[in-house]
Amino acid sequence: MLDIDRLEIPKGEAVFLHGPSGSGKTTLLGIVAGVLSADAGEVQILGTDFTGLSGARRDAFRGTRMGYIFQMFNLIPYLTALDNITLPCRMSGARRKRVAGGLDAGARDLAARLEIAGELGKFPGELSVGQQQRVAAARALLGAPDLIVADEPTSALDSDRRTRFLELLFESCRAQGATLLFVSHDRSLETLFDQALSLGELNRAASAPVV
Amino acid sequence: MLTPRLAFRSLANRLLPSILTVASIAFSVALLVGIENVRNGLRESFTGTISGTDLIVGPRSGTIQLLLYSVFGMGSPTGNISWEGYTHFRDHEAVAWTIPLSLGDGHRGFRVIGTTDAFYEHFRFRQGRELDFAHGGAASDDHDVVLGSEAAARLGYGLGDEIVVTHGMGAAGIMDHDDEPFEVVGILARTGTPVDRALYVTLEGIDVMHAGWEDGVPPMPSFADPAPSDTDAAPPTQITSPTQITAFFLGATSRFATLRLQREINEHPDEPLMSILPGIALAEMWRSVGYAEDGLKIVSFFVVVVGLLGMLVSLYTALDARRREMAVFRAIGAGRGRIVGLLVLESGFLALMGALAGVALVYGGIFAFQGMVESRFGLLIPLRPLGALEWGYLAAVVIAGFLIGLIPAWKAYRTTLSDGLSPRS
Repeated sequence: MLDIDRLEIPKGEAVFLHGPSGSGKTTLLGIVAGVLSADAGEVQILGTDFTGLSGARRDAFRGTRMGYIFQMFNLIPYLTALDNITLPCRMSGARRKRVAGGLDAGARDLAARLEIAGELGKFPGELSVGQQQRVAAARALLGAPDLIVADEPTSALDSDRRTRFLELLFESCRAQGATLLFVSHDRSLETLFDQALSLGELNRAASAPVV
Repeated sequence: MLTPRLAFRSLANRLLPSILTVASIAFSVALLVGIENVRNGLRESFTGTISGTDLIVGPRSGTIQLLLYSVFGMGSPTGNISWEGYTHFRDHEAVAWTIPLSLGDGHRGFRVIGTTDAFYEHFRFRQGRELDFAHGGAASDDHDVVLGSEAAARLGYGLGDEIVVTHGMGAAGIMDHDDEPFEVVGILARTGTPVDRALYVTLEGIDVMHAGWEDGVPPMPSFADPAPSDTDAAPPTQITSPTQITAFFLGATSRFATLRLQREINEHPDEPLMSILPGIALAEMWRSVGYAEDGLKIVSFFVVVVGLLGMLVSLYTALDARRREMAVFRAIGAGRGRIVGLLVLESGFLALMGALAGVALVYGGIFAFQGMVESRFGLLIPLRPLGALEWGYLAAVVIAGFLIGLIPAWKAYRTTLSDGLSPRS
């Protein structure tokens, strides 16, 4: 159950959303990504009204204008790191067009910035968790999407790697002018962001006894 | 082209289960196509039991009955054709050749058939193949006998052996013609037809065996010869010409002549005769015994159904392990079409590979074992292109493969909807 009065995320900012388990995090991210639709109310993402949009249109919108990073297991196991990074651009022509100078070259640039240039030919099974998350970040970033949604992307990383990953992610988002919605239960990261919100406070249904 | 590439990579990534699924479909397709080929081989070898013969002529009885005893060596002849009746048509201007057959005797369970040189010269089977001798040559003397290949092998006879013929078809006749032993002068090469299971003597040979037996009992030694131990005192040379035969094969000078002859034979005023067109009679008989092949077809159909269900089970169970993968696809913008397309392509591709592998298996099998099957069972399974029926089967299997993919595909799509982007792993 999720019941939010109003949640607004400013364009171009890096927003931290504190979401402990049971706070309706999964549902909110599903709605933001356009996989789920809200039972009532209004959803506007990047100026597009999701409320009346068909599932197929939301899928296309997500593929073209969003990047999504999971907690772990982000990658298609039978594609190399490079193929994983370029996959969203190969599924969306509009997103592909925004990569100047060829997909593979764009992917290599990003990979170099994220310090995984040497891992592009490997399959996900051959990469460490940290490397996998950077591949996922590169995939989310390639094709300059306007919104990056990151769902606990650092919780599988140890603290050194966590900091480095976040630095790289911020840097890349800033370079592309992308909005970052970062969801985590780890409040220690909060201070690194432009803005911090708590889903537990936003969700009016969470105060009800049963979730 | 992205989805087919993804489907292919995904299958290659799960190589062992993919190969097992392809193998199970391949085996069921191989069974289906193999049965179709064996069925064809059976029918061809059945209808090829006799070829080149325009008419089979016998005393008036049933078509199948005449076919059975004259071609297949089964059942008993119903009567005889007089020598005059036979020679009337043998010498007919529209007749190119005849093969007379005199049936009714046996040797240890194999039929003994009296005939002439015309048999070795004109008899054809399986699209015009001629009889060949594995050893020796044709029976020319009235105490010569030629063995079919199976009879020779089972009885263990070789050239020069002497054998005794039984009156009637008993395995060990009560009344053996042991006063007239025959010498093996030839052994025919294997034909895969009933020819292999018979012994061939001359028409005179049959009459020699029966000399003095006209009453149905052997001649009393005291009447025929005062000194029975003296063999050269019982000469069989009193036979001048055979008195009757059982049936004959006939080759006409032309197709038109065949039809004219058939009518003439059937309306022959001197004795009741009948003639049949072997091709038509064989086809008629195959239809009456061919229902067994429908049973085979039904069984092989179910084998294919089971093979496809196996694929459904393997795709469906693999799906649970792929919930993550599906969520990732959804997250990067893959819609319903792509998820469904991916899984349908995977199952369709497995079915296609299975069908191809199955066909390859059948043709490889035929190629490898054709000779062995022919020499062991006398059944030639020809290498031939796929028939319309088989193409139909293959198309059905592949289409079913694609359609079956829809079930897990739909389930996968539903799962990604309910899971959102966070599958419970």
